[in-house]
Amino acid sequence: MSSPFRTAEALLVLALAAGLAGCDRETRDSRGTPLPETGPSADRLDPRPAAYEGNAFQIAQGQRYYAWMNCSGCHFHGGGGIGPPLMDSDWRYGGSMRQIVDTILEGRPNGMPSFKGRITEAQAWQLAAFVRSMSAQPRRDALPSRGDEMSNREPLSLSEQEPILKTTPESDQAKPR
Amino acid sequence: MPSKDYASTRYSGLAEINRQSVKGLQAVVNVGTGNLRGHEAAPLVVGSTMYIVTPFPNDVYALDLTKPGAPVKWRFSPKPRPTSQGVACCDVVNRGGVYADGRLFFNTLDGQTIALDAGSGRQVWRAQLADINKGETITMAPLVADGKVLVGNSGGEFGVRGWLAALDAGSGALVWKAYSTGPDKDVLIGPGFKPFYAMDQGKDLGVASWPGEQWKIGGGTVWGWISYDPKLKMVYYGTGNPGPWNPQQRPGDNKWTTGVFARDVSTGQARWFYQSNPHDLYDHDDINESILLDLPIGGRTRPVLVRPSRNGFMYVIDRITGQVYSADPYGYINSASGVDLKTGRLVPVASKEPKEGYVVRGICPAAPGAKDWNPSAYSPRTGLLYVPHLNLCMDEGAMDANYIAGTPYVGMDVKMYAGPGGNRGVLTAWDPVRRKAAWEIKEDLPLWSGALATAGDLLFYGTMDGWFKAVDAADGKLLWQVRLASGIISQPVSYRGPDGRQYIAVLSGVGGWSGALVAAGLDARDPTGALGFVNAMRDLPLRTKAEGRLYVFALPHG
Repeated sequence: MSSPFRTAEALLVLALAAGLAGCDRETRDSRGTPLPETGPSADRLDPRPAAYEGNAFQIAQGQRYYAWMNCSGCHFHGGGGIGPPLMDSDWRYGGSMRQIVDTILEGRPNGMPSFKGRITEAQAWQLAAFVRSMSAQPRRDALPSRGDEMSNREPLSLSEQEPILKTTPESDQAKPR
Repeated sequence: MPSKDYASTRYSGLAEINRQSVKGLQAVVNVGTGNLRGHEAAPLVVGSTMYIVTPFPNDVYALDLTKPGAPVKWRFSPKPRPTSQGVACCDVVNRGGVYADGRLFFNTLDGQTIALDAGSGRQVWRAQLADINKGETITMAPLVADGKVLVGNSGGEFGVRGWLAALDAGSGALVWKAYSTGPDKDVLIGPGFKPFYAMDQGKDLGVASWPGEQWKIGGGTVWGWISYDPKLKMVYYGTGNPGPWNPQQRPGDNKWTTGVFARDVSTGQARWFYQSNPHDLYDHDDINESILLDLPIGGRTRPVLVRPSRNGFMYVIDRITGQVYSADPYGYINSASGVDLKTGRLVPVASKEPKEGYVVRGICPAAPGAKDWNPSAYSPRTGLLYVPHLNLCMDEGAMDANYIAGTPYVGMDVKMYAGPGGNRGVLTAWDPVRRKAAWEIKEDLPLWSGALATAGDLLFYGTMDGWFKAVDAADGKLLWQVRLASGIISQPVSYRGPDGRQYIAVLSGVGGWSGALVAAGLDARDPTGALGFVNAMRDLPLRTKAEGRLYVFALPHG
């Protein structure tokens, strides 16, 4: 005889199992395998964009550096000021992970300084992952649910994903959810 | 010079355009500058030529006023380094050129001062003064006095060290350079330095009033207006905010930032200094204009400078001694309860002091102050000072700022919004003798344009949504207005043309700190954008667009 409790328990177990199977959570690889400092030239063969952008830890690190390295002094919390906005769909020098890393490390001619020598390449990838999260490019469960800044802002995990305009390689284009 | 005279009155003695005739004003020149950034400069008219300095890339145009439509006589492109745009805090503006002895002097965003032959547009000399790698730029209009070109740096948001330099107008060689922080020998403080108040007296205060070596990156830039008293041979100018904005990183009075210097023009030696904001809490640069007037005070006529300061107080200061005769609020202030005239010290309100890790709300006036750089005008006919200014408050959240050369050094999250009443701008006609406002005009948008007073008893100014207005200088009644292509943040001027008629000229072209949202294409969803000004300007993109244009107005012939 199955009591009503038994049925409820069984249902709960079933629901949990189904839930776990269906839950494709972002990988928590915070110790992780070291990622290469250099990658293949073809973006789709480079493991780094996905590895950094798909991981909450890497994005959170990027968020810390964003304030520490004074990125927020020019771009503020995505709306821009001295530098252009980072929360919209417009990317002067391309919006792919690799293009953003290049911009951070090399600088750009209209005022973006080069941070080469001030941060490591891995930190630049972490920063790029946070920069892309300002327009909600990474998967939603990896996006920061709270900001580090003083003023309260809607969590990035609730923000709308922006399309990324054409200068960006196909593989890094926003994937509609 | 953009300020019309050494006393910085911005008063034109021309009266052909007056209360009655102003209704007939018509545009006689309407020409684009080909530049979409904030146009803060004054068109400069000398003889039959008008000179215009554009925002970055700082092209200079000479226009022939003898011909219809004012065709270009020559153009000079200084080609400043594009990277300088990345260290310009508040749009890539330029406040104009100055003319003296057949030459036109102007500054470039990447820190050069250039002298051109005014007739041909050929370069006579150029001097590299500021270093963009340290975050220095130059945006101010120079002043020529006593054969010297006076130039100061910008970059108070980048941890630079402020200075004012005097260059020989003939050769461009450096005559003297006075820093705003550091040991007395760098600040050009010697035996002749006699500040009125005890707080400004002492040895090497530019070092002692800072923690450690913070003075080396302590700000005190000189990006505003300089006035000159040819009789006393003294120049007067204010110094900018200390760096970083977060005040907890710099305990002390932070000399010689946010105050006013009087210096001997020939040697640069300081005569006196008055610090209006010891240990500035709110980015209240003291760089606003000093209008030199002789006013009856206590039964005697005294030489004074009148300063509508960013902290919201209208200072009347003795030109010779540096004594503050009065400091009265001309806007809404809740961050200070007054100025103690015995000690000279501003009395701050403790509950409005920014603290690391907290957001302090409802600070008035906001970071750009009750008034920013845009200059006032004084009419001797009405005895009123016309002050175009702001009514903004803010929330501030302070945090530790890291110093990285060539990047911002601020440590503050800011959100601005309209102050009491909901209007973001005000034009105040201030009576400096009675020490109160005679009348006010409330403007919806912040006022970021200068004012122009004329002997026709008119006052001209512009709004950020592009209305160029003439009001009655006696009572502020609106007499004439016209909508221009873009918001007005420049300095209107009046001149007598080669044909003998009176003209009014103004540049439209929204931008600057207040208009960066439109000029730099920012995203209004982030309220902290452009150091928090974006939050107060969300409606601007619907009310104007970016476009630089020169307009000249005149009455119809006959």
